[in-house]
Amino acid sequence: MTDYILLVVSCIFVNNILLMQYLGNCPFLGVSKRMETAVGMAMAVVFVLVMAGAITWVVDIYLLKAFGLEYLRTLSFILVIASLVQFVEMFLRKSIPGLYAGLGIFLPLITTNCAVMGVCLINIMEEYSFLQALVSSFSYAVGFGLALVLFAGVRERIILARVPRPLQDTSIGLVTAGMLSLAFFAFKGMV
Amino acid sequence: MAKTAVQEFTKGLWAEIPPFRLVLGLCPTLAVTKTVENGIGMGVATTFVLICSNILISLLRNVIPKRVRIACFIVVIATFVTVVELVMQAFAYPLFLKLGIFIPLIVVNCIVLGRAEAFAAKNGVVASLADGLGIGVGFTLSLTALAIVREVLGNGTFYNIPVFGPSFEPFSFMVQAPGAFVCLGLMLCLMNIMGRK
Repeated sequence: MTDYILLVVSCIFVNNILLMQYLGNCPFLGVSKRMETAVGMAMAVVFVLVMAGAITWVVDIYLLKAFGLEYLRTLSFILVIASLVQFVEMFLRKSIPGLYAGLGIFLPLITTNCAVMGVCLINIMEEYSFLQALVSSFSYAVGFGLALVLFAGVRERIILARVPRPLQDTSIGLVTAGMLSLAFFAFKGMV
Repeated sequence: MAKTAVQEFTKGLWAEIPPFRLVLGLCPTLAVTKTVENGIGMGVATTFVLICSNILISLLRNVIPKRVRIACFIVVIATFVTVVELVMQAFAYPLFLKLGIFIPLIVVNCIVLGRAEAFAAKNGVVASLADGLGIGVGFTLSLTALAIVREVLGNGTFYNIPVFGPSFEPFSFMVQAPGAFVCLGLMLCLMNIMGRK
């Protein structure tokens, strides 16, 4: 049990996927200008990442490793993620239109979100068990959401400030992300 | 024709240089630029994938059905990334270990998919080749520039050779995650000042 709690803390805070492992930075800067879009993206990532983590783990152990096809990992993982995203999109549109209206536009973006692919690869490289892979996928996704929502909050305030012209937009965004990353840096060495 | 190919090449070096002008592909930019060696290695690997995928997608652009094009692009890109992975494992194993997870992640680098969708799917082979080469070289240059700043300040070395002598106290903020964000942000600001005139 302690192992799992440590895993959760380490994935959310210590090894935060956005600010410490530098994965998923394109949506991080892209959708963080408004709070609603940030929350929508965060939820969509949690949803897809947990499913992708579970499916890629099964694919890797029972298909790739079982038949000695490890060199096809990159290709098969991206296909699994792309088709999963497509499937989730169709399923939500048919059966839960309310949720689809909220997450819809973010789902296609997730295919090229390297946080999803990255976490799936980390799960395999760390040789996690199925349960550990599930917990780590969920915690990484929560860490992603946490950082994204915090960052969106800061950015909404920056709009009100007078930023020098060359620093505007992405530039000040990156410097802000650096400060946020510095805050998360304090967790280093905790686990 | 030859003139336009040159134009497609040079636009990647300044007018659309990633990741400064095209704000895409930030993850590898931030992650691998701790040292100049890693930066150049990553840049060359990405350039190779960009050129090959651009050529192949441009050749297949009339065959691929519109509705499933993204999936087709991803398969093409993933194939070339696998090629890079295997070649690096065979001939540049230390670099492969250092870049680690970021080699397979070239698949989801938005620059590669972005160029496939925005350029190669609409233009001829020669122009696509020039575009891939230009954007790739531009990306390598940006990575190298960022890596030089971070390695020299953060480690006191350049390409693993010490430059400041033994009394230099490394500014280790630069090689850590926060330094990467701040450094890229400030370089973007510098680019904006230079580009504004």
